[in-house]
Amino acid sequence: MNNVFVYCEMEGTHVADVSLELLTKGRKLASELGCQLEAVCAGSGLADVEKQVLPFGVDRVHVFDAPGLFPYTSLPHTSILVNLFKQEKPQICLMGATVIGRDLGPRVSSALTSGLTADCTQLEIGDHEDKKNGVTYKNLLYQIRPAFGGNIVATIVNPEHRPQMATVREGVMKKEILDENYQGEVIRHDVEKFVPETDYVVKVIDRHVEKAKHNLKGAPIVVAGGYGMGSKEGFDMLFELAKELHAEVGGSRAAVDAGFCDHDRQIGQTGVTVHPKLYIACGISGQIQHIAGMQDAGIIISVNNDPNAPINSIADYVINGTVEEVIPKMIKYYKKNSK
Amino acid sequence: MSLKIVVLAKQVPDTRCVGKDAMNADGTINRSALPAIFNPEDLNALEQALRLKDTHPGSTVTMLTMGPGRAAEIIREGLYRGADGGYLLTDRAFAGADTLATSYALATAIRKIGEYDVIIGGRQAIDGDTAQVGPQVAEKLGLPQITYVEEIEEVAGGRIRVKRHIDGGVETVEGPLPIVLTVNGSAAPCRPRNAKLVMKYKRAMGGQEKAALAKEGKELAYADLYEKRPYLNITEWSVADVDGDTAQCGLSGSPTKVKKIENIVFQAKESKTITGSDADVENLIVELLANHTIG
Repeated sequence: MNNVFVYCEMEGTHVADVSLELLTKGRKLASELGCQLEAVCAGSGLADVEKQVLPFGVDRVHVFDAPGLFPYTSLPHTSILVNLFKQEKPQICLMGATVIGRDLGPRVSSALTSGLTADCTQLEIGDHEDKKNGVTYKNLLYQIRPAFGGNIVATIVNPEHRPQMATVREGVMKKEILDENYQGEVIRHDVEKFVPETDYVVKVIDRHVEKAKHNLKGAPIVVAGGYGMGSKEGFDMLFELAKELHAEVGGSRAAVDAGFCDHDRQIGQTGVTVHPKLYIACGISGQIQHIAGMQDAGIIISVNNDPNAPINSIADYVINGTVEEVIPKMIKYYKKNSK
Repeated sequence: MSLKIVVLAKQVPDTRCVGKDAMNADGTINRSALPAIFNPEDLNALEQALRLKDTHPGSTVTMLTMGPGRAAEIIREGLYRGADGGYLLTDRAFAGADTLATSYALATAIRKIGEYDVIIGGRQAIDGDTAQVGPQVAEKLGLPQITYVEEIEEVAGGRIRVKRHIDGGVETVEGPLPIVLTVNGSAAPCRPRNAKLVMKYKRAMGGQEKAALAKEGKELAYADLYEKRPYLNITEWSVADVDGDTAQCGLSGSPTKVKKIENIVFQAKESKTITGSDADVENLIVELLANHTIG
């Protein structure tokens, strides 16, 4: 009762990174609230899945292992969470803001009439005073996210409804093992008691998953372009610079929307979060949603011909010039001086 | 097999062209500074609906939107492209809705429409980016759902087969009708307006729009037009019209509350500004090489 739950997303028999990141965050929230951390793993062939999650400080692991539970489809996984939550009454439920989490979360929240906040970039515990009704709520989950095209940051709370649900993108929280030998209870549930046969009406008949074409998330150097790059051809220049620096190329949402670079390279709240030691922002103005995805970078260089671009205020170096002029020079002088 | 298709669409402020005047001094949104547009991914959904209509003769496409009176524009845009009709859910009681209260309102309206095989909308709206309303409508109606749809491949024998995006790949999924689908922005773009349909429907209006014209002292172009051509009347539905429970609508039906809204002021760093001259760029590269940031 009243614990913190994390829904663990499975790729085959592997717990997704984003879920391990959320277990790390969930552990901290549970400790602050003085409650337990519980994990839910639903899939097929999960004989010793607990070994993957317990080291993150999980007190109870709920395992649902049945042939129809992988690949994921909406209805059976919804029934598992809804029926489990009716028994366990969690206060908080976290899941990845992935295709699966964003399919499952809203359905579960609707069934339980609980609030859900998508794509949170920070989660904190705090009090909330409802001045109109003169009620103070203790220890709510502050669900913090950029909103409205990145012009504002909103703190959302769910005062009355439980669980308080939030989704978080991969890479936003840090993954950290608490204790390799952490001891927790493992509960293997009878799936049939949770999922009616009629839930298996949607069938996955074909599935192709490819390894990511790039390692943007883990890249030590990121060269990122914005709308200011002007075109897809403009991005070629960034790929050239990235090749020299052994960096990965990313883009702002504006650049992705304009078709300058692929969607899977989008950096920001609704894209990839990066933590490089060097971030070179080229023609990026720096909306909050973008900055949410790169603010942890060690050194930030902004190349922009607008001296008032918001990103300049968090940059270590601002190169005041056009990308067409500056980037070829960066390539040229890197080649010259690195040898 | 003819299909009854309902398209969920939203009028949104165009957050992609936010300028410096987008925010009021008190931190609220200056909606008048932003153009109201058809949510982009809902256009992708409309296209999938119209394609189903093309391939399944006798099918109908019904637009459903929720918003103020001027959101009748969404219905018109649908009609211009081949939709057969539409409904505008509009009532002060719907205001301030979070995704759950929105999906409650839409679900009651869909029940009111009564017949549906495919309910289809965009994956998410650009003013919220939550992607929650589609799955929540499905749950409220007790229907299965397929999200992140790229393309509808086939509808036959009471089942639908679609290609959808998943993280790092694609899936082909099959499910029974009726079903709720949400469509990705990478799906086929929507067809343009059809000139003949624009001529036919350009005077289509909702009651609030007509009232707004009357208030400005403007007369309707042809007084009896809306009696002679009933298809030009865009139906508006209130909470009562869809037998809704006010407690589950709008702000009161929303479990999530906005505690705080801030304009973020970034922790300004001590930054060094240089020019794009050869000497400045070379000096920076040399400095980064020397401290092993690069190389």
